[in-house]
Amino acid sequence: MGAALPVVAALREFLPSRSILHEEEDTRPYECDGLTAYRQLPMVVALPETEEQVRRILQVCSSMKIPVVPRGAGTGLSGGALPLGDGVLLSMAKFMRVLRIEPRARIAVVQPGVRNAVVSELAAPHGLYYAPDPSSQIACTIGGNVSENSGGVHCLKYGLTLHNVLGVRGLTIEGEPIVLGGEAPDAPGLDLLALAIGSEGMLFVVTEVTLKLLPKPQCARVIMASFDDVERAGAAVADIIAAGIVPAGLEMMDKPATHAVEQFVGAGYDLEAAAILLCESDGTPEEVDDEIARMKLLLERGGATRMRVSRDEDERLRFWSGRKAAFPAVGRISPDYYCMDGTIPRKRLGEVLTFIGEMEKKYGLRCPNVFHAGDGNLHPLILFDANNADELRRTELFAAEVLEKCVAVGGTITGEHGVGVEKVNQMCVQFGAGELEVFRGVKRAFDPLGLLNPGKAIPTLARCAEYGRLRVRGGALPHPELARF
Amino acid sequence: MIEQFAQTIREGAARGRALRLRGGGTKDFYGNALRGEVLDTRSYAGIVDYEPTELVVTARCGTPLADLESTLEANGQCLPFEPPHFGAGATLGGCIAAGLSGPRRASAGALRDFVLGVKLVDGRGQALAFGGRVMKNVAGYDVSRLVAGSLGTLGMIAEVSLKLAPKPRVETTLRQEAPLARALELLNRWAGQPLPISASAWHDGALLVRLSGSEAGVRAAAATLGGDHIVAPSWTELREHTVPFFSGAEPLWRLAVASSAPPLELEGPQLIEWGGSLRWLRSTQDAAVVRDAARRAKGHATLFRAADRSAGCFTPLDAVLERMHRQLKAAFDPAGILNPGRLYAGL
Repeated sequence: MGAALPVVAALREFLPSRSILHEEEDTRPYECDGLTAYRQLPMVVALPETEEQVRRILQVCSSMKIPVVPRGAGTGLSGGALPLGDGVLLSMAKFMRVLRIEPRARIAVVQPGVRNAVVSELAAPHGLYYAPDPSSQIACTIGGNVSENSGGVHCLKYGLTLHNVLGVRGLTIEGEPIVLGGEAPDAPGLDLLALAIGSEGMLFVVTEVTLKLLPKPQCARVIMASFDDVERAGAAVADIIAAGIVPAGLEMMDKPATHAVEQFVGAGYDLEAAAILLCESDGTPEEVDDEIARMKLLLERGGATRMRVSRDEDERLRFWSGRKAAFPAVGRISPDYYCMDGTIPRKRLGEVLTFIGEMEKKYGLRCPNVFHAGDGNLHPLILFDANNADELRRTELFAAEVLEKCVAVGGTITGEHGVGVEKVNQMCVQFGAGELEVFRGVKRAFDPLGLLNPGKAIPTLARCAEYGRLRVRGGALPHPELARF
Repeated sequence: MIEQFAQTIREGAARGRALRLRGGGTKDFYGNALRGEVLDTRSYAGIVDYEPTELVVTARCGTPLADLESTLEANGQCLPFEPPHFGAGATLGGCIAAGLSGPRRASAGALRDFVLGVKLVDGRGQALAFGGRVMKNVAGYDVSRLVAGSLGTLGMIAEVSLKLAPKPRVETTLRQEAPLARALELLNRWAGQPLPISASAWHDGALLVRLSGSEAGVRAAAATLGGDHIVAPSWTELREHTVPFFSGAEPLWRLAVASSAPPLELEGPQLIEWGGSLRWLRSTQDAAVVRDAARRAKGHATLFRAADRSAGCFTPLDAVLERMHRQLKAAFDPAGILNPGRLYAGL
């Protein structure tokens, strides 16, 4: 049946048959990304291998008014790559080439399907690395990182994707080439590169990325500190920042989270602690010794009940392994989990954690927490069973309340995972009609027909109005069959 | 107070009357010709929120940049991008709108990297808020960073939140003699090593490098790099263009290029910053020649200071980008009344 689709016929004119999937058994693997609660079979999956093929796919789709959803590795956690039933899913997975590493210029030029971790591996012989290290870095692609402005555990000191991408090349929905930024600083005109990064595949399709490489610090050590109270751990973080230290990594996990990961990876975490902090220092051996000593003193004064400092690289990586494996570890103790991504001013941590505790009681669901403590980015993980419709419903209400609390304390609904389909409704809470209209104007400037990843990230006013009515009625949502989150 | 600005902008839009957003006017020299009736932003001043332990400050556009910096300094913190003032009256709003970074650019990042959020009055006279006061925020397009460096063409930046950094504990400057090609070679090699270099400059056969960080780190790096410790010229004088290179009437060009690009074959003296990626040029050479040299070095050239700016200061955009710029302008300022033409003609 799919073979009869006009778009398939048009794509076959220039794409080999292996690059076009339209039978259900072939398109099934693309029905969702990392947010598995939302699934939709795409009409067609296209797997181009060259920029010219991408250009022609986009020309076909724009002339036939068919929406296009770009996809990298599909590890995104907000449904940004959720397909459309009447659309083409544009998989960039075959764009896997590292085009060049230039050690003297300290750049890597890569195709968007290159995996994040590959860049640092290839740069390592030159003493260089690519700083952003999202926990999914083994699988996630640079193209996806650009779309989501991905972070990682070292971004307090080294920045997000935004701070480490020098330039991108891409194609508009009409197939026109677009080049933003480059090796030289401060490109002329408006900073469209800043707009493009984190735009969730809604402005144009990225076909090449120039990354900044940094010299690898000579050494790094991490302190693992235990606290018997989560708020005290939060206060210790503030003490470190107030002392003029910007640690290379500053992460917190609460007791339920450490218990989950300890069973999974055996990182040696203190299971008695209400919270543990991981504080990393990097630099020359002299700098690291000095900074570790200062941080230890501050943590001790701040009430740390136990401290261990990594003695060698193996131990350092082991301490981090638990944090990096937090999501899969939680996946083992619960049939499903729902990961939130709100960011708050750090000083409001205690208040927000107390609120989450209240929500656990209100909805009867558990919620371990991992927290990028240095930059205020929370990842509470609500545990539920998707086969239990009522648990899913309660999970969504729980998540919505927490995100709205993040906005209320001056934070944001998403720090690094993106809005996608998941948090479109909460955009109505964070922004007013004026801001949303500006966002739509930005979208139109790049994609006047609204064909690139439509329906994601930026809600329509009608949708906000409907969500507003739903919220007024409180906890009991009418029409549970409507797709809302 | 914001409402008064919004009212003025709404009236301007209704009558199609151009407005020229202006703080201290210290950067009137920068960008294309100034048009419109002055909308003075200085009355909207003051720090709204500053919590040193959050590494974030929020302040109003009219806040004198010097006042903001001294408040941060009193708390052992600083604006990591070390912005130039170009005059005693520089305001925070003008600083963000101009988008210019200082000596620390190559190591710390650009001004836009530290913008976390803005309150903006757009060309319809609507007060809008984008971004926020937190380090990580991917809700909606990154409009607050788009506004940085937009020269007031998208809206009046009423308030801005910035990420801060602790002041380095120790700083020292080293000087050594080196011809330009050698200096560029050294700068690019050093940038690939884990050294605490926070600024660099080359002029007239001398290479200056500033090291910042912990005492142990700076001492070890100084031994590796070699050179003499010096105190003058200061990095502030370089940043503010008060060293002799920048005086005189010859047009001043700012070429942003790949740091590893070889010395540019252009007439006139040059001063190099940012590890080789910023090359200042005093020259009466034809604009086309200068722009072409910048393009071949993978960059672009801006006519930074000159008596005659009529041909346009900034590198022209290609057709696709120009169309997007016009459409973005229409999205923020449909009547086209805010600083018209300051960035590009028709924008």
